[in-house]
Amino acid sequence: MHGLYNFVSGPMVWIAFILFIGGCLYRLVSLASLAKEKDTAVYAYMDFYYALRSIFHWIIPFGSENMRRQPLMTLFTFAFHICLICVPLFLFAHVVLWKESWNISWGFLSDSTADVMTLIVIASCIFFLVRRLTRPEVKFLTNRSDFIILAIVAAPFITGFWAYHQWAGYRMMLILHILSGEIMLIAIPFSRLSHAIFFPLTRGYMGSEFGAVKNAKDW
Amino acid sequence: MGEPAVKIEESKVVADEGLNRGMERLTPEKIEKVIQSVLKSETGSRLKVYVDTCVHCGLCSEACHFYLSNEKNPSFSPAGKVKQTLWEMLKQKGKVSPEFIRRASEIASTECNLCRRCSMYCPFGIDIAYLMLVVRRICHKLGVTPQYIQSTAHSHSATMNQMWVKEDEWIDSLMWQEEEAREEFPNLRIPLDKEGADIFYSVIAPEPKFRAQLIYQAAAIMHKAGLDWTMPSTPGWDNSDMCMYTGDNEVMGRLKKAHFESAMKLRVKRIVMGECGHAFRSVYDMGNRWLTWRMPPVPVTHAIEFYAELFKAGKIKLAKKYEQPVTLHDPCNIVRGRGLHEMARYVVNETCEKFIEMEPNREHNFCCSAGGGVINCGPPFRNKRVEGNKVKAEQLFVAKSKGAKTVIAPCHNCHGGLEDIIHHYGLGMELKFLGDIIYECMEK
Repeated sequence: MHGLYNFVSGPMVWIAFILFIGGCLYRLVSLASLAKEKDTAVYAYMDFYYALRSIFHWIIPFGSENMRRQPLMTLFTFAFHICLICVPLFLFAHVVLWKESWNISWGFLSDSTADVMTLIVIASCIFFLVRRLTRPEVKFLTNRSDFIILAIVAAPFITGFWAYHQWAGYRMMLILHILSGEIMLIAIPFSRLSHAIFFPLTRGYMGSEFGAVKNAKDW
Repeated sequence: MGEPAVKIEESKVVADEGLNRGMERLTPEKIEKVIQSVLKSETGSRLKVYVDTCVHCGLCSEACHFYLSNEKNPSFSPAGKVKQTLWEMLKQKGKVSPEFIRRASEIASTECNLCRRCSMYCPFGIDIAYLMLVVRRICHKLGVTPQYIQSTAHSHSATMNQMWVKEDEWIDSLMWQEEEAREEFPNLRIPLDKEGADIFYSVIAPEPKFRAQLIYQAAAIMHKAGLDWTMPSTPGWDNSDMCMYTGDNEVMGRLKKAHFESAMKLRVKRIVMGECGHAFRSVYDMGNRWLTWRMPPVPVTHAIEFYAELFKAGKIKLAKKYEQPVTLHDPCNIVRGRGLHEMARYVVNETCEKFIEMEPNREHNFCCSAGGGVINCGPPFRNKRVEGNKVKAEQLFVAKSKGAKTVIAPCHNCHGGLEDIIHHYGLGMELKFLGDIIYECMEK
């Protein structure tokens, strides 16, 4: 078990971060060059102001018509994404790791706050799962990969919660927690989790088309 | 091999010669080759990122009138249509059956109006209309396009207009309208090929074919406003473009080139076009891009913008205001496509006594279900189109219950679609163009 722990908390961390950062850069650069070759219009119509205008309306809770029409989904989506990003970055235990390894540090969340936020992520994942299984229009679009992606995202939070509370077998859970976090990082550039890096581009492009060419709102 | 995701009952298969005969000619090798070539050489980053980014959340569904009107059947949701067409083509790497292509063509051409409402409901702003156009392009290259719209595409290709109007018939129609109008306005002219005119007025071919009174009314408005205008006598006069909707981009390019060039040849200051939505999309958005013009090479003004200009400058005097309460339908191609909704409201308020909004409105208005070439797919798909837009009937009914008696629809396709909806659902509302109202109320 020690060997496994040393691997996931040592070399595997490097591999995960290199694949995550390198993968994101690769996806962005290859997309940009493909656009240059095949979709030059994207560059011609991209407009910074209107791109930001659209992104702004879509990252504000209830900032768009559709968000107001789906209040429950909007609440869960925003709570989920905020907690998903903040917990790993500002968890005290994580901040300590950065401090120990690189001697850099930043603010952190109290453990009880982080605990609640973790539960929000898990609850949201359950909500998304139920929605996927019960709403016909979502079910129709669903395939196996959607469940895998959901599992990849939920796993680090479930295992992390388990390990923090030192429930039965928490040492193994800690290893699984680290491993699942690494899998998620690697999956971001190479699965549909890439929507995280592509959101500003797709939204920005539609915002530019609507704003600068079509003189209309897109929210 | 990829088969249609939703099996359709035998009785529901629409008999369409274009789709059926086209499908019979297909072979698996040809399908694979064409799909691969379109995906490889004609699409790129946009298609890739749109497919990779969609998280299958289904939030686009509520945007679509087909989905809402068909008891929320998920196969009519925007992403559902992409799933049944492009996703499968990509997943199977082009190895799909002829039946699959037939169904894909039917979905893309007759169950989506390319109205772009769903882009405003997708959190990522995925351009689903673009994806449906890619499907239409593939089906076009495979020769599987609904027969009626393909026939108009043939007309475009052979005559540079949509309705097989011959050159002499075109000139004759203009002279006929001029003659008629001169009984009402003795000095009125419809000046043909006047070089250096301020305004080049272009229409869609259905106007000379069966809505010639619209040319009469436009001439009357130009005449009373004292404008320096002209119409071309040669091909290029028609601004309409069904090839844009069949995926025949090459002919779309030829059409727009003929249109812009006839305006440039006359050295006019700008093109003013009649109340048409799809033609505006073609001239302002898609045709110019195919010809690599970022924006149209000749400035283009849509009728709504033009009327608003005339009223602001006081060039049109009204004898009265239109009395019946009116409501306004916002056409997708000039509202989501150009943001002319406030100008339209300005013109309506200038000309009508009482204006009642329909809900939702402006960018969020429901499509007429005729646009995007769907009405041009003709009688075989009429029921699906009209029954697939119950929400529009409900929307109109609410406006009617608030008192609206007349629907103003400043777009030809919307007119066709709303006419069918009003008739089918027994709404008993009158339908008008803005030009109808202005002509009726102006000082003559």
